[in-house]
Amino acid sequence: MKKGYFDKYGGVYVSETLMPAVQELEKAFNKCKNDKKFNNELNNLLKNYAGRPTPLSFCERLSKKLGCKIYLKREDLAHTGAHKINNALGQALLAKYMGKKRIIAETGAGQHGVAAATAAAKLGLECEIYMGTIDIERQKPNVFRMKLLSAKVNPVSSGGRTLKDAINEALRDWTANVKTTYYLLGSVLGPHPYPEMVAHFQSIIGKETRKQILAAEGKLPNAIIACVGGGSNAIGIFRAFLKDKDVDLIGVEAGGLGIESGKHAARFADQKLGRLGILHGTMTYVLQDKFGQIYNTHSISAGLDYSAVGPEHSHLRDLKRAAYTFATDKECLEAFKLLSEEEGIIPALESAHAVAYALKLAKKMNKEDIIVINLSGRGDKDIFEAARHLGVKV
Amino acid sequence: MSYKKTFSELKKKKQKALIPFVVIGDPDYETSLRIVRTIVEAGADILELGFPFSDPIADGPIIQSADVRALESGINTDSCLRFIKEVRTFTDIPIGLLVHYNLIYQRRIDKFFEDCKGAGVTSVLAADVPIEESDLIIKAARKNNVDTVFIVSPLTEGKRLEKILKNCRGFVYIVSRLGVTGARDDLQESTLSLIKRIRTKTNLPLCVGFGISKPEHVRAVLEAGADGAIVGSAIVKIIEKNPDNKNRMLGELRSFVDNMKAATK
Ligand SMILES: Cc1ncc(COP(=O)(O)O)c(C=O)c1O
Repeated sequence: MKKGYFDKYGGVYVSETLMPAVQELEKAFNKCKNDKKFNNELNNLLKNYAGRPTPLSFCERLSKKLGCKIYLKREDLAHTGAHKINNALGQALLAKYMGKKRIIAETGAGQHGVAAATAAAKLGLECEIYMGTIDIERQKPNVFRMKLLSAKVNPVSSGGRTLKDAINEALRDWTANVKTTYYLLGSVLGPHPYPEMVAHFQSIIGKETRKQILAAEGKLPNAIIACVGGGSNAIGIFRAFLKDKDVDLIGVEAGGLGIESGKHAARFADQKLGRLGILHGTMTYVLQDKFGQIYNTHSISAGLDYSAVGPEHSHLRDLKRAAYTFATDKECLEAFKLLSEEEGIIPALESAHAVAYALKLAKKMNKEDIIVINLSGRGDKDIFEAARHLGVKV
Repeated sequence: MSYKKTFSELKKKKQKALIPFVVIGDPDYETSLRIVRTIVEAGADILELGFPFSDPIADGPIIQSADVRALESGINTDSCLRFIKEVRTFTDIPIGLLVHYNLIYQRRIDKFFEDCKGAGVTSVLAADVPIEESDLIIKAARKNNVDTVFIVSPLTEGKRLEKILKNCRGFVYIVSRLGVTGARDDLQESTLSLIKRIRTKTNLPLCVGFGISKPEHVRAVLEAGADGAIVGSAIVKIIEKNPDNKNRMLGELRSFVDNMKAATK
C-alpha cells in the first residue's frame, strides 16, 4: 500500500507551503511513537491526569429492557468528558517534544477544543481554537470552558459556519505559521499522518475494552457500536478487534432530518451526495454536488456535523470489516432521554447516535448476546441544545 | 500563445511578465468577463484564472470571498470552461488555471484536461496537490498538451525541489512567503533570496506570487531575477470594494494593472 494510504483512501492533499510541516510532523510522530520516554510520559498523563482506564459499565436496567447484554465504554468519564482528551494529550506532548510553543485546533462540539485547551494548559503551551459561529452558539458551555482554560477562541463565519469551516481556518493559520505552530487536529481526518496518528492515540479505548469485556464475560462481544463524525472514537475502539471476525463493528453517522431531506451528515448512507473526493487533505467519502463543491451538512450534534469521513473508515467499509448506518436527530434525542432515565448517564448527543442504533440492533439479539457501545462523551455540554429541541425552557 | 513564446517576446522588448489573477465568475459571469477584458487591455501578459471552490484551503480570506461571490452567482466547472472559450475570442495570451483538486477529480482527471485543452487553457496548477500526489495529473496534462505548473516555497528543498522543477512546464510558481494568498505591505527578504536560489537550478521562467500588491513589489522581485509577477488579492480587492459601481471598478482595475505593468518595463 502507498505510504499514507488505506488502500485508495487517505494521502496528502495539501498545498506545497504545508508539505514541509506535514513531513516534519510525520517524522516526529514516527520517532515518538516508539520512544520509551515519550510513551512513559504519555501513559502517566493518561492514568494520573485523564483518569484512564475508563470503566466498562454493564447496563443492568437497559439490558433487561432490551433483552440482551449492553455495556458502555465510559469515555464520558475521562477528564474533560470525552475521548478527545486521549488524542489531545498525545499530540500536545508530541508538540512539546517538537519544540513548538503554540498549538491551534479546530472544534465542532467544543469537546476537542476543550481537550486541546486542557492539554495545552497542562503542558504549558499557548492555544488558539477555531470554531464556527453556529457551533459557538449551540455549544456555549464549552466556549466558556475553553476561555477559562486560557485558550483564545476564534469565531469562523465563512461557509456553513461549522466544523468544516473551522478546519479551513486552522489549516490557513498553520500554513502561515508552520515554523512555530503545531496543528492539533481532532479526528482521524486530514492529510497523512493525522488519520494514522489520531487512530494510534485513540486505540487505547479498544485495548482497554478488550481486556475489560474478557474479564467481565470471558468472551468477546457480538457487536461494537460507535458514532462516526470524523471517526476517531470509532477507530479507537474498532482497532483492537479488527482481527476478531466474529465481532461486528458498526459505525453510526448523523442522519439529521433523514437521508431524503439532504439535511444530514451521512457520507456513506447518501449514495447521491456521498462520493469519493478530496477534502482537507484526504481522499475519502465526501458529501458534495455533481461538480465537487462541498455540501454543508446538518446534524443535531455539532461533533458529527462534517462533510467527510475518516479515510480508514472508507477502507474498512470496502473490506466489509465494519458496517455503517445512521441515526436521525429524532432517534438520537430519544436515545439521549432513554439512557438518562434508565441508567443515570446523560450521553453526548454524538454518542446518543450510537445508543440509538443499539436500541434497534438489540431487537435482533439473544439474551446472552453482548453489545458494547462506545459512549464517547457526556452530555453536559448539550443540555441547553437538548432542552431547546425537547421544547423545555431551562 | 505558449509560455515560451510569450517570455521570449517579452525579453526582446526588455520587459517582464505581469500576471493578474481573478476568480472566474466573481462577482458574476458577465461582469467577470468584462473584468478579464479590461485587464488584458490594460497590459496583462499572462492570465491566471481561478475556479471557485467551496473550501479553498490554499487561499486567504480575500480570494475565498471571491469564490463565495462566484459560487453564489451560479458558476460551476462547466461555465468556467465556457468562460475561458469566450476569453479566447479576444486574446491569445497564455491562460493558467488555479484549481482545487476535487473539482478536477469529480470531472474525471482525463476529461478535465481534455476540456482544458478544448477551451484553450495553457497550464494548470492544482493548489492542493503536492508533487508526491501528482502522477495522474501530470499524465493527463501531458496527454492533452497542457502545461503543469507547481509551487516552490521558501521551505522547498533537496530532492523534492528537484522533482518539482523536473515536472514543471511553462513556468515555476514561486511563493513569496509562507501562508495563504493575500495582499501584503512588505516583501520579505527571504523571497529575494529564494528567487536567487531557484534561478541557479532551472532555466524555466520564474513567476512570483502571494502578497504582491504594489509596483515596488513588482520591481523588487523582477530585479532579484524573476521573470514575472503574479498579482491576485490586490486585484480581487478592487472587485470586492465596488459591488454597486461596475464602471468605477473597471476604471480602477484598468489604472491599477496599467501601473503594475509599467513596473515590468
Ligand atoms: C462526544 C463526542 N463524540 C464523538 C465525536 C465525533 O468525533 P469522532 O467521530 O472523531 O469520534 C465528538 C466530536 O466532537 C464528540 O465530542
